[in-house]
Amino acid sequence: MSAVADRLYRRRSAVNAFNLVASGLCAAFGLFWLVWILWTTFRHGIAAMKPGLFTQMTPPPGSEGGLANALFGSLVMSVAAIVIGTPIGVAAGTYLAEFAKKKAIGETIRFLNDILLSAPSIVLGLFIYTLVVAPSGHFSGWAGALTLAMIVIPVVVRTTDEMLQLVPSTMREAALSLGIPQWKVTLQVLYRSALPGIVTGILLALARISGETAPLLFTALNNQYWSHDMNAPMASMPVVIFQYAMSPYESWQSLAWAGAFVVTVFVLLLSILSRAILLRNKVSHD
Amino acid sequence: MTDAHFSVSSAAAPSAAAAPMQAARPKMAARNLEFHYNGFRALKDVNFDIAEKRVTALIGPSGCGKSTLLRVFNRIYSIYPKLEARGQVLLDGENILDPKFPLNRLRSKVGMVFQKPVPFPMSIYDNIAYGIRHHEKLSKSEMDVRVEQALTQGALWGEVKDKLKQSALGLSGGQQQRLCIARAIALRPEVILLDEPTSALDPIATGKIEQLIAELKEHFTIAIVTHNMQQAARCSDFTAFMYLGELVEFGETEMLFTKPTKKQTEDYITGRFG
Repeated sequence: MSAVADRLYRRRSAVNAFNLVASGLCAAFGLFWLVWILWTTFRHGIAAMKPGLFTQMTPPPGSEGGLANALFGSLVMSVAAIVIGTPIGVAAGTYLAEFAKKKAIGETIRFLNDILLSAPSIVLGLFIYTLVVAPSGHFSGWAGALTLAMIVIPVVVRTTDEMLQLVPSTMREAALSLGIPQWKVTLQVLYRSALPGIVTGILLALARISGETAPLLFTALNNQYWSHDMNAPMASMPVVIFQYAMSPYESWQSLAWAGAFVVTVFVLLLSILSRAILLRNKVSHD
Repeated sequence: MTDAHFSVSSAAAPSAAAAPMQAARPKMAARNLEFHYNGFRALKDVNFDIAEKRVTALIGPSGCGKSTLLRVFNRIYSIYPKLEARGQVLLDGENILDPKFPLNRLRSKVGMVFQKPVPFPMSIYDNIAYGIRHHEKLSKSEMDVRVEQALTQGALWGEVKDKLKQSALGLSGGQQQRLCIARAIALRPEVILLDEPTSALDPIATGKIEQLIAELKEHFTIAIVTHNMQQAARCSDFTAFMYLGELVEFGETEMLFTKPTKKQTEDYITGRFG
């Protein structure tokens, strides 16, 4: 009896040890490349950092310059995309979670939204190209912002929907049983409860679009000069990095490293911030 | 704003002394009530009265339909699709199941407290004021008085009066539940529905809530669903025993627990099944 149990136990320990080592190796394999990428970006990026980076324009080949116009373009288009995409995304997510739950129409929209969520961003770029750039006859900052908004919307819809569904149904019932109409309950009670999650979703959407290159190539294109005209082509960090990294000029390559470093740090900070918001909220709930 | 409004709450005190034996007016009543979801009949031809300013307990094993029955009384079930109540539920003689009966007026008259305390993610003060603000326009000082009054009636004022602006999420479970009761009575409802209000609380917090229920029936009509038979025996005037969606027996609590007329009731209260 005990010999059988003993053998069983030894066998389980062996299987456990094997699986633990195997999954640990898989994790190490994945992390290895990630750390390598980050390490390379940081090493070259920090080496390429210089005071003029944030004040000087993108230079012609061979001369010195910075990334001021690209940083500004990225900032303007990303903010515009968030401003356009957030209200639409939050409203749609609210509809899904609060008004179309368990209805066929809600399930259909949710399914389509998930497709949009994983659609290649270059397709969205082409879509706005056909819809805006081709008819208007020129590339523009607005077209870029619209494309980025198309990426923001499904992310925000999804997080709003999920965060509202995480609000316990008893909170809905408690608020509704005070005789308060559903729209007011949603705005004044449920949003309060879901807010940290929704804000996190918006921050993650911002992190995602700040590195998007393909959709901007078709819409905002690029601009060598300082431009705050949203109706004209606009520079952006990812496109400049793409262009400069592919170039044969050393000064351009070095700017591309610096740009990649800045974007990576920005995304990293956004991720840390959104984690902090979520964690703080979790602690206060218990 | 100290003692002035306490006189308001003690004005109706004499009725508390009235024993349940004396006839009490029916405040709410179920008539041929049926409840269906997904083809399942959760309530079968339920008929009984909830007496005014008395405590009526609903007991029975899990799944017997007692919570379902309670949730019909303020139509909170209707926020979920595919649920249907048939028959009549009367509030002062008016059928609240009539789609023409205004839902939010019903819910301001019939308040509800749930099993798990659910404070809203806002300050203690705002938890109470939130519902009042929707139904009445009050000045800041009037609102202060109302909030204090509700928290006093909810037996919570002494513990929270110095931290009204703090988040209600920081209160203990028992305090949160008393806050939820205070939030419901702040609207000055006529009926309060309690859905297993103490099942998530420890014995000390449970004792406080039971004491509170005894005080509240001076002013409010109370219906309480409970798993705990001692609780029903301790704090109710009338008890309804339910089993498999049917109301098996209904009567004065003392009678039902000492001389049940149905065998099923006797088996349940003596612990032979359930």
